[in-house]
Amino acid sequence: MRAARVLLRPVGLVGFGLLVLVLLVAVFGPVLWDGRATVVDTGNLLAGPSAGHWIGTDNLGRDLFFRVLVATRLSIALALAATAISMVLGIVLGAAPLLVGRRAGRLVMGAVNVLVAFPGLLLVLFFAVIFGVGARGAALAVGLAGAPAFARLCHTLIAGISERDYIAAARIAGVSRLRILLRHALPNIAQPLIVNATMAAGGALLTFAGLSFLGLGVQAPSYDWGKLMQDGLNGIYVHPLAALGPGIAVILAGLAFNLTGEAFAAAFGIDVIPGVVRPRQVRNTPGKIRGSGATTASADAGTVLSVEDLRVTIPAARNPIRAVRGVTFAIRDGEAVGVVGESGSGKSMTALALAQLIEEPTRVEANHLVFGGEDLMAAGDPESRRKRLGTSLAVVFQDPMTSFNPVHRVGPQLAEVSRFHQGLSRRAAFARAVDRLRAVKVREPERRARQYPFEFSGGMRQRAMIGMGLMGTPRLIIADEPTTALDVTVQRQVLELLTEVRRDTGAALLLISHDVSVVTDVCDRVLVMYAGRIVEELPAQDLRTLARHPYTRALVAAVPDMETDLTKPLAVIPGLPIDPSRVPPGCAFAARCPLADDHCRAAEPRLQADAAGNRVACHKAGQALPTDTAEVTA
Amino acid sequence: MSVLSFRDVSVCYGSHTVLKGVSLDIAQGEIVGLVGESGSGKSTLARAAVGLAPLTGGRILLDDRPVPTRGRERPVQMVFQDPYSSLDPRMTVGESIAEAMRERLGKQARRAEIARLLALVHLDAARADDRPGRLSGGQRQRVALARALAARPEVILADEITSALDVSVQGAVLNLVREMRRELDLSLLFISHNLAVVRYVADRVAVMYDGEIVEHGPTTQVLGSPQHEYTRHLLTAVPGAAHRASAGNRHDVLSPTPKEHT
Repeated sequence: MRAARVLLRPVGLVGFGLLVLVLLVAVFGPVLWDGRATVVDTGNLLAGPSAGHWIGTDNLGRDLFFRVLVATRLSIALALAATAISMVLGIVLGAAPLLVGRRAGRLVMGAVNVLVAFPGLLLVLFFAVIFGVGARGAALAVGLAGAPAFARLCHTLIAGISERDYIAAARIAGVSRLRILLRHALPNIAQPLIVNATMAAGGALLTFAGLSFLGLGVQAPSYDWGKLMQDGLNGIYVHPLAALGPGIAVILAGLAFNLTGEAFAAAFGIDVIPGVVRPRQVRNTPGKIRGSGATTASADAGTVLSVEDLRVTIPAARNPIRAVRGVTFAIRDGEAVGVVGESGSGKSMTALALAQLIEEPTRVEANHLVFGGEDLMAAGDPESRRKRLGTSLAVVFQDPMTSFNPVHRVGPQLAEVSRFHQGLSRRAAFARAVDRLRAVKVREPERRARQYPFEFSGGMRQRAMIGMGLMGTPRLIIADEPTTALDVTVQRQVLELLTEVRRDTGAALLLISHDVSVVTDVCDRVLVMYAGRIVEELPAQDLRTLARHPYTRALVAAVPDMETDLTKPLAVIPGLPIDPSRVPPGCAFAARCPLADDHCRAAEPRLQADAAGNRVACHKAGQALPTDTAEVTA
Repeated sequence: MSVLSFRDVSVCYGSHTVLKGVSLDIAQGEIVGLVGESGSGKSTLARAAVGLAPLTGGRILLDDRPVPTRGRERPVQMVFQDPYSSLDPRMTVGESIAEAMRERLGKQARRAEIARLLALVHLDAARADDRPGRLSGGQRQRVALARALAARPEVILADEITSALDVSVQGAVLNLVREMRRELDLSLLFISHNLAVVRYVADRVAVMYDGEIVEHGPTTQVLGSPQHEYTRHLLTAVPGAAHRASAGNRHDVLSPTPKEHT
């Protein structure tokens, strides 16, 4: 599949085609044309191009065109040999820290770093003098001169993966260092290494041509392209093609290697991760929302957000991934609503879609989506809408490290919100940033505002993030797993802060969490999501006791709390969540549900509200669960 | 009586002291919970026991002998937090498990042993040929446990093994931990910042704060009537605590008579 991607690019196709051609000539050239390249034509010494000799002949009357073709093998073989030497030596040197321990490894790498600093050609000439003139000496020289660069690359790549736990696990299991290198390290860095080797081969080819041209490389009677160029140079003003012919061959072969390398680098270098890249800033980027018929915005007074039939679809080659499949709910002013569910249930996607933070190619559709009385699906001036959203909607993400730009100070990043959305001056905006940091209980806000994000602890960054949301006057705060990366004690503080902010500003809160306890602590109402749908909605205080959907009840029972019965195994939910690209007919939870029957598997239950306004989507809502499910292991 | 014993263990990185003379014993067949906030040194303690962190003071003994950190014999094994990083993406499940086995086995014997280990963690033997990319987080964590068991360890150090998992899967892994202890008579050091989880699996709890163990004792005692200020602080931070406190008539978390498991 990846190889296909390489060939699909024009660069890859051209490069790979050229490479195949060059290699074919290298393999078969001497077999096919050696006779014609060595036959002496005394009638045509140093002749120019003619029908018989396309680019002329040399001083013995030998056909130069065929000599160029035959020289391909030696030129390519030398380049590949030199690259192989560089690579093997580079891997050994680069893996030194892994093989001989950190201290000795540091010495080796120090030496390598010094060598990398030398100009490559200087090293080649130096080694060429040591190893003597000739093909073998040149190959050694070019190979050795290329080794430091490979060693550096290897070292960096290995350092990147040796932090991985599987390397640590192998060490704990007593696997030898050499085996760790061969079985774990090398296979996982092979791709970038091969890409670089391909490009290095192109470079080596050019270096050889240069060496032979200078007379330090291949010696007569052998010949490579550099040697042919050197021979042709004398007559360059009379028969330019005699020197240019081998030159063109060098260029073509060099292009073949480098283009193939480039294409592989482009195909392998950046892994395209399916799904949405999480936006890095709290500021709103204009979401591409397409309404399937924007209906009248029936915003009741006192409703800050209402959404009907929200759908989020990630396009894919075969089956599009239906991350959110029709979600309808509303949030009243000042209300705290929690969303719980497993990973993959669509809860984060829902949050991102509401905040208009989903970008192409992911599609967001809804029958209506009204925030603060404004229909977000309606066509209109996106610029002014974005400005208004930027001050009335705040978003807090799970990982506060990636939410801030690491190269800017925290204060100005907060201030930017007010400068952009409210048109405040630099000074006024900074003053407000300091004030807001104080409001989220950051100690010494003046000093803190002048610090960089990395100088903040995780909890502090999350506070600053909430502070950024408070630069405007938010009517809704969307918090997506805001405390998952934090310690319990810090989590407590951040949750308390959110509660206080809500009390002080009257903002509503949409809190997404996988932790049932967190949601019940903070929220008034809970939406339970499964496979892209809301399966149950009920007051938070009733979650543990009055839930009717089997999934909600299983989710609550699966989490141990400080009162869990220690004599029994924990309840588990058997099976796995459905694949969102292959949604089965009927209830999505049926395969894991102890109550499911044929009706459940055939007909999808609708989300129905009862008299109290609680909603549940289950044919068997509220029925007693069989008691023996606890022993099943997922 | 197999016992892993940390004696006055110190670890410094440069001028930064991570562990300040920590002493802790883990008896045969016992699960010791280690709680504390991130940066308190919990993971470093475990990493020191398997030779991943250099000791600057003290000793770590297994049955009164230093824990071997060289050679094939590795009676102390560790399971990591992130099952997405702890399995080599290019090796099959079977290869990963086989790598940790002590002795070289024949092809048949190796397959049988892999199947046995997978069965211990409730995975199908057919999984041995899958690469980790095809497994869910919970399944990967079970493979990581099977790999640790392959070395026939006396003690397993479990470093936040459920915190990267979905709550629905966490329960299955916790059940497995208790089952393994019961059936294999293993000793475990169970590191977690989740007190409810530690309460569920651990016989004894050690509370770590700033590189020191500040409180240590039977789980019911430490979580039931905490003596140290920091332990009390941790307990009030447990989510759901406020909810229970407000739910008046329900019995209090901290006091009362938690049923001890057998």
